[in-house]
Amino acid sequence: MSESKYRQKILILYLGNASLNSEVVGWSLYDGTTDDEADIIDNEELPYKSVLAAMRDGWRVIGIPTINSPLIGREHKTDYLQFEFVLEKMELIDE
Amino acid sequence: MNKTDLLDSVTMAKFVSNGYLRFDEIIPKDLCEESKEAIALGEMDAYDKVGAPFYSLWEHSAMGKIFRLTTVRAIIESLLGPNPQYDHHYIHNKKAHTNDTDSLHQDGTYDTRDFGFDLLICFFPDDVSEKMGGTLVVPGSHFRKVNSGAIGRYQNIVGQQQLVCKAGTILFMHSNLWHSGRSNHSDNDRLLFKLRLNPTVEQVRLWNTEDINDSEILTILGERMPWHSGEQRLENINRIRLWRYMIGDPTPDFTTDKLWGTKLDDMPKVIYQDSVRSLDMKDSVVSE
Ligand SMILES: [Fe+2]
Repeated sequence: MSESKYRQKILILYLGNASLNSEVVGWSLYDGTTDDEADIIDNEELPYKSVLAAMRDGWRVIGIPTINSPLIGREHKTDYLQFEFVLEKMELIDE
Repeated sequence: MNKTDLLDSVTMAKFVSNGYLRFDEIIPKDLCEESKEAIALGEMDAYDKVGAPFYSLWEHSAMGKIFRLTTVRAIIESLLGPNPQYDHHYIHNKKAHTNDTDSLHQDGTYDTRDFGFDLLICFFPDDVSEKMGGTLVVPGSHFRKVNSGAIGRYQNIVGQQQLVCKAGTILFMHSNLWHSGRSNHSDNDRLLFKLRLNPTVEQVRLWNTEDINDSEILTILGERMPWHSGEQRLENINRIRLWRYMIGDPTPDFTTDKLWGTKLDDMPKVIYQDSVRSLDMKDSVVSE
């Protein structure tokens, strides 16, 4: 068992564009502080309006998406969500 | 099939824009009950022959009656043509008090067709309450071709719709629409009968096109979806490309000075003028 008493929570925010201040269009939460089985239903409320708003609430940004050029011939195609920001919080757990 | 039984152009534009159509309580309750009995008896357990003409199947079964109702058949015909073929069906029975996590997906893997699509038909023979965690769809996600469950990390998307409905409701989904099930926290199992059908003809003007020039169509094709955000223009271009394919507009794709080539003169407004100018610009024109 790890000696560390800190566990990680990961919040992923999908934004409308590359700016950390643009609006959240999607989100996911992965909570390493609990052994309980996660249920998306507990996470259906929009958590923050932007990455910046989450930073102001103590979340650390640990991943910022690169901005990619489209492949030639695919300029107007859309597929995966482009602007995926990864945030973390470390939390002290009870013994 | 009577022309007037088919879907109209305005409804078809909604399908192009959202990627699905929903018809509440379109199946009578007695047929819902009959279909549940058939499912319970195992009548629908076996897969049928992939690629079989759909209307050669299930002739004497409850499920066959449902898909032969004029209303249902007309919707299928409007989207796939009069003789679709059977791909597969599946009975989803989500047990009471079971979790579903990270299950957003697109059925199958990358679809390499430019415009053609299959239909995923989701029939709900029972009422589905919010607690039952019914099928969730992401409206406007059908142009985004992804590999099956590769999008499982997207737990929530702004504008997602979780189905709550009465028995007899059917969703007709574009085969590339992103969807998932949610946890069933109720005391009842949740039943979904899914059927996938393929077209056997080009999906061009298969519906009742009498209202093809209705100005509401442009409004629908240009409808903003908050989650598209900075990609709204791209989504509008994709909608218009599909629409032009489905109405049989022969104008080359964004290449001539008669850009729109149809009576849909206002299409540029749907994409936004500045984007249209750049789409229409040619190096040769600039250098002349
Ligand atoms: Fe599916």
